[in-house]
Amino acid sequence: MMKLKIYRPVIACVVLVVLLQVVLSVTGAIYYMTQVTMAAYYALVVIGLCLLMGYAGQISLGHAGFFAIGGYTSGALTTCNLFAYRDTSLVSWFRSAGLVLEWQDIYGADIVSFSPWVALVVALILTGLIAFLIGLPVIRLKGQYLAMATLGFGLIIYRVVLGVHVFGQADGISNVPPFRLMGGLEVNGRPHFRVQNYYIAWAVVIVAMVLAINLVNSRVGRALRSIHQSEEAAHSLGINTYRYKLATFVLSALFAAVGGVLLTHYNGSIGPSEVTVIKSIRYVTIVAVGGMANLWGVLLMGIILNFLSLRGVFGTYDDAVFGAILIAMMLFAPDGLLRMPQLRMLSSIVSRRSHG
Amino acid sequence: MNFPQIVQYCLSGITVGSIYAIVAVGFNIIYNTTGIINFAQGEFLIVGAMTAISLCRIVPLPVAIVLAVLVTTALGGLVEIVFIRRVSNASVLRLIVITIGISIIIREAMLHIWDEKVRSLPYFTGTAVSSVTVLGAYISPQVLWVLGVSSIIVTGLTLFFRFTLTGRAMRACADDRMAARLCGINDRWMVTLSFMLSAAIGALAGCVISPVTQTQYDMGAPLAIKGFTVAILGGLGNSMASVAAGLFLGLMEAFMMSQFEVAYKEAISIVILLLILMFRPSGIFTRREVSDLRTL
Repeated sequence: MMKLKIYRPVIACVVLVVLLQVVLSVTGAIYYMTQVTMAAYYALVVIGLCLLMGYAGQISLGHAGFFAIGGYTSGALTTCNLFAYRDTSLVSWFRSAGLVLEWQDIYGADIVSFSPWVALVVALILTGLIAFLIGLPVIRLKGQYLAMATLGFGLIIYRVVLGVHVFGQADGISNVPPFRLMGGLEVNGRPHFRVQNYYIAWAVVIVAMVLAINLVNSRVGRALRSIHQSEEAAHSLGINTYRYKLATFVLSALFAAVGGVLLTHYNGSIGPSEVTVIKSIRYVTIVAVGGMANLWGVLLMGIILNFLSLRGVFGTYDDAVFGAILIAMMLFAPDGLLRMPQLRMLSSIVSRRSHG
Repeated sequence: MNFPQIVQYCLSGITVGSIYAIVAVGFNIIYNTTGIINFAQGEFLIVGAMTAISLCRIVPLPVAIVLAVLVTTALGGLVEIVFIRRVSNASVLRLIVITIGISIIIREAMLHIWDEKVRSLPYFTGTAVSSVTVLGAYISPQVLWVLGVSSIIVTGLTLFFRFTLTGRAMRACADDRMAARLCGINDRWMVTLSFMLSAAIGALAGCVISPVTQTQYDMGAPLAIKGFTVAILGGLGNSMASVAAGLFLGLMEAFMMSQFEVAYKEAISIVILLLILMFRPSGIFTRREVSDLRTL
């Protein structure tokens, strides 16, 4: 019974997603779907960050870095041309194992590159490994030290991206091929694939949400919340706080990497602007507005704010708006918008839904 | 590498190192009174330099610099009164997230006021090509200005904290805020003062390096992270050790630059930061047991 109640918002979410698609299609505003799809991929990053910040209570100012490791790895692997080496034993083995794709770019040149599936797996392994190695020492740090260390990590990734030739330096990587999932389904940004991609993105987001909800409502989730409230108390109860924090750090990095991989294939490109410190802070802002330990609130805010930003509503004040929101949240409503006294009514409706 | 070359690298290392030290001292002043890291510290340098650059078209250079320092000092005080004071009993994490937000707002404001062009102040004495010869190495007279101003700032601060009533009151707040308040010290104003003080020295440092490194609206974050590295290296809150750590990092960077590509310059100091955070979070100059002692 308990289990079913947890999933009620999931069903509500699915209904809303379908409803939105129908409304957009009927009103002819179908082009909005592109930004909703992109916002959904960005939402993957904030869902992961919500687990880390809201539940485990650890800040990260480097999540754009993990997003980029995912996106850039996939972008680089699927665009590097192995055509010249196609007769070497290694590449022909790749070909017979089905690990590479043979296609032609818009100029008709033959390209042999790694299949997006291979790229996805490599990107996730790489991100997991880097997150683990970085997290190993860094997650021991508290508060501002952790903030500075993760900020530093983000800056290193930014420098690497700008300095390494394979990653296109200031230009980034373009002409990333679509990601063929199965049958006719593919992650592809062309208008023809708009509706299909809207659902692909939301399917991924909902799977991520179900994973996150299950995690939060499990023994692990309770352990994380106890760490958030008092690390010393949790430790004294026999919870291996370090391991839980590290695992959450790696998991949230993986969420960000999946978002990075899929958005790169959807956009067909990725650039250094995805790796800036501002991007990382933007994700933190969204988690703060969504209410820290409130997965649905964070998802909602992630979609709304990213959608508005992608539509260019904030104009040249884009980053300033996020900075201002961050300050305002921390000054007036550190527990999230829905926990403010003025909005308590709204909050009670939402919490009845999400906690049963 | 011959002798003049080594001298050359040393001098350039000491120059940037002394700037990092000043940024670190700015971090320390605020850390000592509030226990938080002010992520907007790097922005104070850029605001100072930018204001001076704009003003020096109207007024003579020294006046422009003094005015720029005053403007930035006011900005520092304003930041504390408007944002930090409101939430004085909040958690450290909430406070630093606020300073992160402030740094973004200041940076975006600068982008809209001064656009994204790279600017610089004129050389204080001589021009970009004039140089002084020291032990066979050529250095710009501006480097001597940087070194001179940095040492004046550090000595001035030491004297201020040691011998003036206000300086002592600030140290008392750093040691024990409650006890300081019981002695009749207005601890709230001491916090405001610490923000003004670190904004002021930040602005001054920003002005002196502007001719050498030039100034752009988004240069605050890299400066802040290096200043933070230095502050951590020396042990947070310990300003004298920061100077040594700053020179150490500056020299490291200068000699590393002779070996690696310039593009990785920042990565080098961040790697040092991560290593220090991992192995010696209390700094290299302090023993672990005394890491909680904060001295100025």
